[in-house]
Amino acid sequence: MTAVAAQGSAPGPLARARWAVTDTLTITRRNLLVWLRVPAYIVFTVIQPVMFVLLFRYVFGGAIQVPGKIPYVDFLMPGIIAQTAAFATFGTAIALAQELKKGVIDRLKSMPMARSAVLAGRLVADTGRMLVTILIVVGVGYAVGFRFRNGAAPAVAMVVLATVFGLAICCISAYTGLAIGDEESVQAFGLIWLFPITFLSSAFVPISTMPGWLQAFANNQPVTYVIDTMRGLALGGPIEANLLKSVACLAAVFVVFVPLAVRAYRRAS
Amino acid sequence: MSPSGSGSAGAGPAILVEGLTKSFGEVHALRGIDMSVPRGTVLGVLGPNGAGKTTAVRILTTLLRPDGGRAEVEGHDVVREPAAVRRSIGLSGQSAAIQEELTGRENLEIVGRLYHLSWPTARSRADDLLKQFDLVDAADRPAKNFSGGMQRRLDLAASLVGQPQVLFLDEPTTGLDPRSRLGMWDIIRSLVAGGTTTLLTTQYLDEADELADEIVVIDRGLVIASGTAEELKGRVGGDVVEFTVPDRRRVADAVAAIAQVGRGEPHFDTETGVVSVGVGGGGSEALIQVVRGLDGAGVETHGLALRRPSLDDVFLALTGHAAEDEEPPGRRRRGGRRKARNDAAKGES
Repeated sequence: MTAVAAQGSAPGPLARARWAVTDTLTITRRNLLVWLRVPAYIVFTVIQPVMFVLLFRYVFGGAIQVPGKIPYVDFLMPGIIAQTAAFATFGTAIALAQELKKGVIDRLKSMPMARSAVLAGRLVADTGRMLVTILIVVGVGYAVGFRFRNGAAPAVAMVVLATVFGLAICCISAYTGLAIGDEESVQAFGLIWLFPITFLSSAFVPISTMPGWLQAFANNQPVTYVIDTMRGLALGGPIEANLLKSVACLAAVFVVFVPLAVRAYRRAS
Repeated sequence: MSPSGSGSAGAGPAILVEGLTKSFGEVHALRGIDMSVPRGTVLGVLGPNGAGKTTAVRILTTLLRPDGGRAEVEGHDVVREPAAVRRSIGLSGQSAAIQEELTGRENLEIVGRLYHLSWPTARSRADDLLKQFDLVDAADRPAKNFSGGMQRRLDLAASLVGQPQVLFLDEPTTGLDPRSRLGMWDIIRSLVAGGTTTLLTTQYLDEADELADEIVVIDRGLVIASGTAEELKGRVGGDVVEFTVPDRRRVADAVAAIAQVGRGEPHFDTETGVVSVGVGGGGSEALIQVVRGLDGAGVETHGLALRRPSLDDVFLALTGHAAEDEEPPGRRRRGGRRKARNDAAKGES
């Protein structure tokens, strides 16, 4: 038989800090394994954004006029990438709701592991997953004519911004998943807010083509700030104002939703 | 106040509960329960849905804070020293809390890692448990392909990875088919023989009878009886003769006709026409007397049978009302889903 060292005396602060990291990595590893095991997840997270790229590039794109001399595919890709990052967080909310319902979270909470690890591991794994998806979508974009026209460093910065944006949305999704706690309701709720905030933005069409009342919303919401910044990074042009607004909005999301998600996790049962 | 804050595993019970209360809004899930479980023994907590069993387990496993009273596990207060409590317990809940996409082995290895075992130790611990729980053949298949009984065994194995001193089993056989349930009983018996202190909740008297040294009966957040299974069955009056009177107007005649047979007063329900009476140990003799009595009175009956006492009989004897399937509204939503899942699991296995 094997000896178990976990029992007995309380661990010191150093051991606790080390465990918070290893426990987060263990949960991350578990979540990524689950993702790789389920073909449906991969289809949902990878095929769906690729289809959006093809649909907008070849079906709708011809009818959409964008300002300046840039091809539509260059306008489109930053929008699709941001939307891909946002939609990837459906998985976050659904997974947490499932774990809650099945009692997995109860089991984990009754164990002497770091309490922060379940949420942290979820966010790390889902961010990694999101980054892979973003890179695939960028690759598909390249195949259909998209090009970064502003150099390598801004291109990397665009991917980083998209990932940070996705992580912020991920925190909101984690909160909704834990607070609602039912897979189907979580999915329905995700549609209700994620579709409007991504489509009612500068993601797919120039906002100037929308009716006035819609422009008022689309021009002044965080997803547009983020996408316009990404577009500036990918294609060139001024980004400072939009970058500042993006950073402020994303910071606000983290400040509000990280504590909310932690509280929902503590209360979840 | 706590006798030993440092939690030395020596004197004192493994689980001590005093005056524990918990409410969810208007619903008083626990209204002051006491219990004490000596080391190395099994306590069966028996009660219907919504009696407060799961709430008690959730408080003892640090998942829920009590409103009042005190609870200690291995000498550690569940509110003030939750980390110490978590180091000494294992929990297996009503549904299988395993990751279905991962294999049996991966599930156990990950739990081992979360108990801060090294990889090699986590692997060998997983191997040991797979052997012990007869899951070796299925070890490398995704757990979603397991039968309901196998999933429950894997879940139980996961709760033992940390070699807990105290094991909490919340309705370990609810939703299992009869064969899987018997298999689960064998496994729990062998664990208990190894000396693990166990608190087991159940809705079934026969389960508590099979597995527990002591039983407490909980109803509406209060302990209404405690003792050994034999003592509780003694209060019911042993075996039970039960039948239905299709003509509801004749229920009273039927009760009068068998009044002399039973150990106690017959119980009857004039709406459903169901009449039952405890008949002690003299089962078949009592059955004949009941038939004669009913025949003499000319009362027609359906489904006359002799059976072992059930939870309902214990409740009838102890409280005068049946064990109602009554859940506090605050917990109904999730409980309902859990039940649906269990039913689904039953269908698969």
